[in-house]
Amino acid sequence: MSQLDFSTTLGNAWFPTPIFTASGCASSGKELAQFFDLRDMGAIVTKSIMTKPRAGRATPRMAETPSGMLNSIGLQGPGIDAFLANDLAWLVEQKARIIVSIAGETAEEFASLARRLRGVAGISALEVNISCPNVENRGMVFACHLESAQTVIEGVRRTIGGDLPIIAKLSPDVTDIVSIARGVIDAGADGLALINTVLGMVINPNTMRPHLGGRTGGLSGPAIRPIAVRAIYQVHEALPKVPILGMGGVSSGADAFELILAGASAVSVGTASFGNPTAIMKIQNELRQILTDKGFSSLREAVGFAHRPESSVR
Amino acid sequence: MAGINRSAAQLLATIVGNKKVGQYHQILISVGDLVAQCKPGNFVAISVGGLNSKMVLRRAFAISRTTTSPQYGGAIELIVAPFGNGSSWLCGLAEGEQIDITLPLGTAFGIPTTSVNALLVGGGYGSAPLFGLAEVLKERGCRVDMLLGASTGAKIYAPLEGKRSVNSLRIFTEDGSMGETGRITAPIAQLVSELQIDVIYSCGPMAMLKAISEILAGGDVVHQCAVEEAMACGIGICMTCVLPVKDETGKISNLRSCIDGPVMDGAAIEWDLVGKTLVL
Repeated sequence: MSQLDFSTTLGNAWFPTPIFTASGCASSGKELAQFFDLRDMGAIVTKSIMTKPRAGRATPRMAETPSGMLNSIGLQGPGIDAFLANDLAWLVEQKARIIVSIAGETAEEFASLARRLRGVAGISALEVNISCPNVENRGMVFACHLESAQTVIEGVRRTIGGDLPIIAKLSPDVTDIVSIARGVIDAGADGLALINTVLGMVINPNTMRPHLGGRTGGLSGPAIRPIAVRAIYQVHEALPKVPILGMGGVSSGADAFELILAGASAVSVGTASFGNPTAIMKIQNELRQILTDKGFSSLREAVGFAHRPESSVR
Repeated sequence: MAGINRSAAQLLATIVGNKKVGQYHQILISVGDLVAQCKPGNFVAISVGGLNSKMVLRRAFAISRTTTSPQYGGAIELIVAPFGNGSSWLCGLAEGEQIDITLPLGTAFGIPTTSVNALLVGGGYGSAPLFGLAEVLKERGCRVDMLLGASTGAKIYAPLEGKRSVNSLRIFTEDGSMGETGRITAPIAQLVSELQIDVIYSCGPMAMLKAISEILAGGDVVHQCAVEEAMACGIGICMTCVLPVKDETGKISNLRSCIDGPVMDGAAIEWDLVGKTLVL
């Protein structure tokens, strides 16, 4: 039996496997390294890094919901200087494949972060997080407005030059995700990360007030998987050549397979790692088995397979 | 490898005991040689609800005691209050059933190298890990006094055998249904001076830990407290369980209570900023 080609690409970046961490769900990588070798997965997507150190939102920051959770972290992080000196340097030393995620309060901040990362060795791609829901100002959710989203991506593209693939992370909380997707690709993104968390709220019946310190939070976990599948399917249908890093509630190989059939070239795992530190390894192994059992000789063949014409076999 | 939770492992472990003690369950889990890595203060994160559960997050429990027997090898003991869906599921498991656990996690209580006078303060079932700690302190030749408190007597966890490892044990309940009536924090200032306490070890509700820190403020008594914050992962990746902590230079940052805790220096925690937005 021939060996399955499990590798994937996002723009010009190559990865030996299609299973990644999700940004903000693996901290700096050191925490998961106790449970498996980071080189064994496709890539680590770092937490979204900003220019300055950021304390994040007030606690409580978390509420478990049926088959999911709300988080309200608010991009807590060390800032780009400490990130480059400590976290990134360590990841490069581990020989992990790295996608750095950046977040900014303005289009200028995104561009200046891209400038700091240009020329840094060991980075496979840049995720531009224009869709974090946990910010004080909804205006900061650039991915909810076509023009703001394009301005950010144009600025990053201009700064970073042509080599490093740019992946724009989009929000499902929009009327028409395809138009936003098309807009950021036109503005210079090489790929798309779909989807960020869905804005939600839990009210505590004891205090009779919103439970989270930040009041609203991002819903993640299996509860949002159908939303991710739908978003990926719609965008892949409209833009079949654009690589998609899919995510949203993936906790098994079958879940990852579903996102790949919808059109994802790679799949990030987030909330599942909270419930199981070795979820990424489990999902990766299960996916490899499913692809083999279904008779695919490469992962690439399965990408978008749900879109095949009615008449085609299998 | 990276120095975070470097003794930790994930395993399928067998429940070898599940006994109801008052309002709580005393659950014994066989963990083999890992038991040697488990120190008082460390915790375990348990996957709950079984396959296809709608509960996606692990539950964190303090390891109350470790034992080794020829029958089941090394085992950890947890004291669990069946209040939520996850803990109720765990308390409903029978001996012989397997659970997915990650341990040992987090910081442990610091053990003095010389014999000191220690006061152990436990609120509710927060007292559980203090009995294992008391045994270790006793072996070091420390004088160990203990205060336990709760709103009502049924919520006091005080195993008979635990009393052997302490010099004195006083119980306080707010409704007077067991021991002395009043709050556990009331006698602390007096005990600190009478018994020449060097260190207080505490575990229980955050309001109790804060009150102890305020009583000790400005003095020389070390306060090692095991904090309670809602955690999604227990291993440092979700950033939900943060507390504002001041470092030596006076800089305050949000530290994760799962890896920089649960045992923290009570004097370094900025109690008035807990639950507030921190401005850097």
